[in-house]
Amino acid sequence: MSETPEPQVPQQPTGGDYAPSNAARMAFYQRAGGVITPVITTIFAFFIGGIVVAATGHNPISTYHGIFNGTGLNWFFPWVSGAERINAEFNLQQTLLVTTPLILTGLAVAFAFRCGMFNIGGQGQYTMGAITAVWVGTTWASMPGIPHAFLAIVFAMLAGALWAGIAGILKATVGAHEVITTIMLNWIAYWVGTYLFGLGGPLQNDANESVPISNDIVQSVKLHVWWGNAELQGLHIGLFIAIAALVVYWFILNRTTLGYEVRAVGYNPEAARYAGINVARNYFLAMAIAGSFAGLGGALDILGWQYRLGSLDIQTSQIGFIGIAVALLGRNTAVGVGLSALLFGALLYGTSTRSLDPEVFPPELAGNLTLMIQALVLLFVGADVLVVYVWNVRRKLRRREAAPVGAAG
Amino acid sequence: MTAGSATVRESMLDRLPRGNRAVAWAGVLLGLFAFFVALPPITARSPLWPVLFGLLGMFAGVWGATRGVGRLAWGAIVLGFVGIGLGYLATLSGDAKLDRVVVWSALLAAMLRYATPLTFAALGGMFSERSGVVNIGLEGMMLIGAFFAILAADKLDSWPLGIAAALAAGGLAALIHAFVSISLRADQIVSGTAINFLALGVTGYFFIDVYGDQGTPGEGIPRIPTVNLDFLSSIPGIGTFLEDVFGQLNLMVWLSFVFLIVSYFVMFKSPVGLRLRAVGEHPRAADTVGISVYTTRYVAVVISGMLAALGGAYLSIGFLGSFNENMTAGRGFIALAALIFGNWRPLGLFGAALLFGFSSALAQRLPEYSTSGAVLFQALPYVLTLIAVAGVIGRSIPPAAVGRPYVKQ
Repeated sequence: MSETPEPQVPQQPTGGDYAPSNAARMAFYQRAGGVITPVITTIFAFFIGGIVVAATGHNPISTYHGIFNGTGLNWFFPWVSGAERINAEFNLQQTLLVTTPLILTGLAVAFAFRCGMFNIGGQGQYTMGAITAVWVGTTWASMPGIPHAFLAIVFAMLAGALWAGIAGILKATVGAHEVITTIMLNWIAYWVGTYLFGLGGPLQNDANESVPISNDIVQSVKLHVWWGNAELQGLHIGLFIAIAALVVYWFILNRTTLGYEVRAVGYNPEAARYAGINVARNYFLAMAIAGSFAGLGGALDILGWQYRLGSLDIQTSQIGFIGIAVALLGRNTAVGVGLSALLFGALLYGTSTRSLDPEVFPPELAGNLTLMIQALVLLFVGADVLVVYVWNVRRKLRRREAAPVGAAG
Repeated sequence: MTAGSATVRESMLDRLPRGNRAVAWAGVLLGLFAFFVALPPITARSPLWPVLFGLLGMFAGVWGATRGVGRLAWGAIVLGFVGIGLGYLATLSGDAKLDRVVVWSALLAAMLRYATPLTFAALGGMFSERSGVVNIGLEGMMLIGAFFAILAADKLDSWPLGIAAALAAGGLAALIHAFVSISLRADQIVSGTAINFLALGVTGYFFIDVYGDQGTPGEGIPRIPTVNLDFLSSIPGIGTFLEDVFGQLNLMVWLSFVFLIVSYFVMFKSPVGLRLRAVGEHPRAADTVGISVYTTRYVAVVISGMLAALGGAYLSIGFLGSFNENMTAGRGFIALAALIFGNWRPLGLFGAALLFGFSSALAQRLPEYSTSGAVLFQALPYVLTLIAVAGVIGRSIPPAAVGRPYVKQ
């Protein structure tokens, strides 16, 4: 690998420590277009989830059907009409609301990945972004709406960048492993957030001192709701910002010098250093950019539909962690991240107590089913050697069958 | 024989700090004393005292640092600084309040209680990481141990069976991690993250499936017994104090001490430990001399899962007697922090676990001064670990081959 500093293939699973099996794997991805493994992985994860459902005495088919209807994705079917269609429309809005931050926390993991780092701190960066957005959104109330929202978003991105940048700087200067530092930063963000909005905290609301929650952000700073009723949590324009972020991600990586350097470092830091690339600088920049994606996610959630943040929200949020699964399943590509964010967004909302019909399957169980499916996706995506192996066995078998005919190879 | 015992004694004597190192140790103690002097029973009321002792400690630290003592001396400087700050804060507090908050026997007993799950999990992490497998999944393995311990203890009406179930379940979760990260050579961090999600999902799913929304029954679940050491109070002088600290500890607390000592000898004084560490530092070399890298790593990871699960079992059927979804709430990550802070050594990680346990114990009592401040205090372990890996107080150096899959040739 050391003599290939020039990255050519965008479908690279992870950078860094993978060296031994990388060449074979890269060749496989090129052939399979990098699509086969994620698809097989997803099917497999849902299959095992179905077994768990069946083993505990429920019908997996009707459960998955119920979850699917809860996601609102049936809105795309032209034959769905009437009350069902109205319901599906609302559900789809909610699914896309969840998809929006998932795209961004997914990008936060993916961007660092392309630089050979595992940013496990998306959750902390997302939290810092959300906290900053609440802070900006509740102060300077006299500002006009659009600049105010812009300011909140920029500050939130800076907060995310700062939080991830700490890990980047530590990696670049003293070589502290980013996994350890980002885990610690996650928990620091968790307690800082709990403190800020908690009882007696500096950002706690003025109205009720016994509720650990912030003030609402001012009306004018809220993002425009373009689909559905703004009073009923309709879909805000943040989705487009997230999609724009996907484009920016693709552009930075594939059309700028920075992206070239980031990828070169991700493939092989030693070779990149040898080629004259400043590896330390790229580590810091990649982390900071990754963090700003996650911070943006936090800001969009606050300005778009949450409008306030409580200690409990910070403690129960998993958006940043799910971003890891989103990035890995999406193979760290822009399109992949977008699609897998939609999958996980749908899964998250489809299994929530608000959308899943308790007659079909208890939503409390379904929420945990989502976690399990997510874990299985991570396990299988990580263990793609298994999938590659099975795939190769199949090919070998086919070749053996073809051999007597004479067209082997 | 006499020659042997003489060498042992010599090596013991070598261990005692001498010269500059002894000065640095004195600095550490002085730094601690700077805080202690302002607390009961001494309760110095003038801020002069903490400042005096703190400065002395810092001076000793500077002495050591300029003479090459390194980590310990820097620790003395930091501790002196912290001691002055905390000591000064303590002198500001009212006497009566201070007497209520700082009850040493209760604080120390609470420290041991909080430290126990951390010790178990961090010891587990040590086995895994020393063998070269990163274990981010400690949190999940703990959670699995906690749930299956209480499930088995409740259904089979026996706490030893509860512990056995925790061991089995934790070992199984670790086996998944081992299989994916050793045999399939997947990214160990992805796999560990997956284990954490899997644990959340599995325990949450079966918890609700078995117990519904009522939670675990409060009464009737057999608990790990407490060890009563009433005779301690008959020791003249410090008897009551000793009894208050050690008289009512759970069996698992004592067990954690045993495991600690056994682990120390296994890891650093036995051939098995030498092999394990060799596999973690240089697997190729270990393989060359006939040590099976895969077997060693498998065993180490499974032990790691079992120990983490013991920590979880202590939480559910030792400490609390109940189970909640996600009840470990980040303790696995604090254990990971303790492992890193303690430099992957048994005594080091135990010291870190005690420190983090003490900060938890203190955090419980701090609301007397400030509710929100007590919340923020909980971030302390993570901040300390971040500082430790940043290399401010000497570097934390992980095993050389940690995180890298091994391919046999």
